[in-house]
Amino acid sequence: MQTKGFWLAGVLVVLLLAAVPDTSRGISVPDMITLNTQSKLYEPFKFDHAKHIQLTKECSNCHHHTTGTLVQEPNCVRCHRNSSETKVVSCRGCHQADPFTAVAIKERDPKIYHNDMPSLKAAMHRNCITCHEKMKGPTGCQDCHKRSKEGDALYNSGAYTPKNKPAKGEHGGH
Amino acid sequence: MKRRDFLKGCLIGGAAASLGAPSKSWAVGSFEGYPDAMGVLVDTTRCIGCRSCEAACNKEQKLPEPDVPFDDTSVFKEKRRTTEKAYTVVNRYEANDGQKPPYRKMQCMHCNEPGCLTSCFVNAYTKTKEGAVIYNGNVCVGCKTCMVACPFNIPAYSYSSAFDPLVKKCIFCYHTRLKFGKPPACVEICPQEALTFGLRSDLIKLGHERIRQTPDRYVDHIYGEKEMGGTSWLYLSRVPADQIGLDTTIGNEPVISNVKDFLGMVPMVLTIWPALFSGIHLLATRNKDHGDDHHNHSEQEGDKK
Repeated sequence: MQTKGFWLAGVLVVLLLAAVPDTSRGISVPDMITLNTQSKLYEPFKFDHAKHIQLTKECSNCHHHTTGTLVQEPNCVRCHRNSSETKVVSCRGCHQADPFTAVAIKERDPKIYHNDMPSLKAAMHRNCITCHEKMKGPTGCQDCHKRSKEGDALYNSGAYTPKNKPAKGEHGGH
Repeated sequence: MKRRDFLKGCLIGGAAASLGAPSKSWAVGSFEGYPDAMGVLVDTTRCIGCRSCEAACNKEQKLPEPDVPFDDTSVFKEKRRTTEKAYTVVNRYEANDGQKPPYRKMQCMHCNEPGCLTSCFVNAYTKTKEGAVIYNGNVCVGCKTCMVACPFNIPAYSYSSAFDPLVKKCIFCYHTRLKFGKPPACVEICPQEALTFGLRSDLIKLGHERIRQTPDRYVDHIYGEKEMGGTSWLYLSRVPADQIGLDTTIGNEPVISNVKDFLGMVPMVLTIWPALFSGIHLLATRNKDHGDDHHNHSEQEGDKK
């Protein structure tokens, strides 16, 4: 219950802040975006958007086909050959905050396309971490967002690190 | 005549019971799960080994403090298994092809036909319509048969509690979440959505679709779709299942299929055998009894005379 609250709060903040306007239409592109401002498990952090633009130079590396180079994935091209840039290019424009509610699961129709879209949280983590692995960027949890006190409690880390206990029962259960 | 009627009745009743029981257990062996059963598709290609699921499980199930913090990756040096203190653990495996090592979360698979449930003689286990395999600690006598019966080596035993011995395992967060239509704590915390929660029937389609769309990413197999008669938790993997510690030798037959023939015999043994052997005994001793009776009777008569 508690963790759900944490994540929902985090996701809501991400929702508010993840909007990244489109450069090509002259809308101001934020240089810095603060993410995670209300997350309980991790502290807010500043995402250096400008630096990432410099590094990758290709919007579609992160924004898929919504801006920058349009659809190239052969499987997607079958329908989206002539699709243009989308009005909303932010992550939250497509990715749901909570994909596992009873309603969301009921609406998950295995017969339609785009029914396997990751949640907002997963979309960001997978996008960032996959690329960071490739580009030798940081991939540790706290490399991007520092853990909060409540996060330390959940992970039994930091001030909540378990005291050294006797080995007895260490492999309990079997 | 009356005795003969009684024996006949016993034989007919026993035969009926012995014929009826096996057909019933065959039907049980082909049970494919409740239609609205939920499940979790574990995409091991997405797991980064952050152990957040372990931390969330620990807090959700109010488990004891771990020995080391949940962000300590030194635990990957050895292959861990589920214990009374950890209903789920993530293990790291070696990639034979030089790619990054795959991780696999392990927990109760929540079988459609659970071996633990089949083996439990006090009916402590229940397969709920939501798909969870839960247990009632109040009736558990701590016999540990379920630990032997489980093909995935999941149930753990709380040896540390001398007065309340219990078998402990993942219960799909049934009481706090699943019952209310919510995903288990591990699914919710996973940053990568390596865990996808949904209707089991949908997840199987989803899994096959992922394989179809990105065939280079996966082995063309969903572990748990058919294994042991099907499980609520399903696995996708880049490497063959046995390379991430999943047992590929267990076959597709649930545990109950191995015992149904025996269990079908139980009513027969209990009903026919007593009657049959009583009858044989009585028949074998009949003449003797009658002879004695007759002898005694005539002796008595003779004495009277």
